[in-house]
Amino acid sequence: MNSVLTHIQPSSTHSRLEEQDEFEHTDSAAWGSMAGFGNLSRTGGIAGMSVPRVANPTAFLDMHTDNMSSNPEAKIKIAHGTTTLAFKFQGGVIVAVDSRATAGSYVASGTVKKVIEINKFLLGTMAGGAADCQYWETYLGMQCRLHELRNKERISVAAASKILSNIVYQYKGMGLSMGTMVCGWDKTGPQIFYVDDDGQRLKGNLFSVGSGSTFAYGVLDQGYRWDLTDEEAQELGRRSIIAAGHRDAYSGNTCNLYHVKENGWDFIGNYDVNELWYEYEAKKKADRETATAATAPSPMAVEP
Amino acid sequence: MALYHNPPMAYAQEPTTAPIEHRFNPYSDNGGSILAIAGSDFSVIAGDTRQSEGYNIQTRYARKVWQLTDKAVLATNGFAADGNNFVKKVKQRLEWYEHAHHKPMGLKSIARMIQTMLYGKRFFPYYVYNILGGIEEDGTGAVYSFDPVGSYEREACRAAGAAQSLIQPFLDNQIYFKNQQPEPGSQPFIPGNLPLGTVLSLVVDSFTSATERHIEVGDGMEIYVVMKKGRSTDDLLGDKGLASGMTIEELPSLGESISEGEGGERTFLVRQALKRD
Repeated sequence: MNSVLTHIQPSSTHSRLEEQDEFEHTDSAAWGSMAGFGNLSRTGGIAGMSVPRVANPTAFLDMHTDNMSSNPEAKIKIAHGTTTLAFKFQGGVIVAVDSRATAGSYVASGTVKKVIEINKFLLGTMAGGAADCQYWETYLGMQCRLHELRNKERISVAAASKILSNIVYQYKGMGLSMGTMVCGWDKTGPQIFYVDDDGQRLKGNLFSVGSGSTFAYGVLDQGYRWDLTDEEAQELGRRSIIAAGHRDAYSGNTCNLYHVKENGWDFIGNYDVNELWYEYEAKKKADRETATAATAPSPMAVEP
Repeated sequence: MALYHNPPMAYAQEPTTAPIEHRFNPYSDNGGSILAIAGSDFSVIAGDTRQSEGYNIQTRYARKVWQLTDKAVLATNGFAADGNNFVKKVKQRLEWYEHAHHKPMGLKSIARMIQTMLYGKRFFPYYVYNILGGIEEDGTGAVYSFDPVGSYEREACRAAGAAQSLIQPFLDNQIYFKNQQPEPGSQPFIPGNLPLGTVLSLVVDSFTSATERHIEVGDGMEIYVVMKKGRSTDDLLGDKGLASGMTIEELPSLGESISEGEGGERTFLVRQALKRD
């Protein structure tokens, strides 16, 4: 039967089953929206991800892209993300990232947005393949909105991160590359979940991901306490990214800082890594000088 | 079954050559470069026209920059076959959208669509770097740049392709004023507000210089200029008129022209010869 006609007919002639999905029999081409829906099928799933017809698609991807870092000379250079961190504290969650994307040794971009705003209460970070993180976290945003509409309630960070980890687990071994932190505030308070490309999903208070993570952890660990004030926590996140941007060649340019609170996240600011580093250096030097001036033995000291 | 029978002993004893490797290699690099710069109420998208494979020039005129709608132009670079095919599919999807919604797709929607189309081939990528330029719904000039599997970002300017590493630092310096200091007492630099005449000469200089230092760039260039609705076109020619060897034409509107003359956005195509050696 003509699919459009079926759709237009009054619903009384329909069986209950048919009503469950009103577009069940409507060929999407009939109303033209095969365009504009990307790879998403009518039900929101992913359709038509094309895979080369070779014996081993993963080896094919490995040979032609620098995706798995085992073949840095490959023609197709996929933009890579680098230093990201997030931690929970008394006042919520701090999320801080750098903004450099490299393709081999070329700085492909210095203005990348590595914090993906999933919705008003959820943030995702980007490390690894930029497209993998951007695409799947945008998709996660759609799934979170559907959860809200179906359940009349915001999704928990645990559930949201599990949607993401289930997706990447389906693609395990296919060459996805992502290390991400899903951060937000739900009924249970502030939450951080680490999700990566091999399907690992961890709950925690403090994470750093990317090639600059070791440098960030160094600063983060020495300054971290649960009862940090908002200002102290923001400064710690910022300082950690600046340190990583200075020591890791694959990180740098600028730092983007977010603070997740009970009523959603706030964008705190964008800071130039190079400028801030020398500001910190100047402050260190000034502090040292005042300290030596204060502790210097007075020439008039008298023995007690 | 016959295939698996053992060969006669005489052949089996003969020394064999190394096994032939059968790898599926569907990609090639066709060189060239593309570039786009956004202004406050215009956008410039350019590319050279040389297509090469290794040291061999395949053609001196191959199109790399494509008008998609009245307010969107797409530049592709990398593997030409993938690029041409990708543009074909983008245009098809834009046509479907127009039939469904009775309006052309907006620029930011085209950008998102390109992301999903590229990511749909995440495991068998298009070897194409895309730069999308045009006019946003709010009338501002915009540039979106993509990696081969669909990560994208809105920027003020972007160069891609063979001479990316020659052109981008120049653009960073001239468009973003990187590593420049304003003279003491003078106004601070505000990126993204350069006049059209300045932008056009930056584009031409980028390509003439890249032609000098990169063997895969040259022959000719095509510069698409998309202008906001109602914008004056006086500054397109500059003070001294068109530079020698430059031609300019206005491209007809792709939409069903609602009103003649002062309709919507206007697109101009500027061509300029480049060195052919």
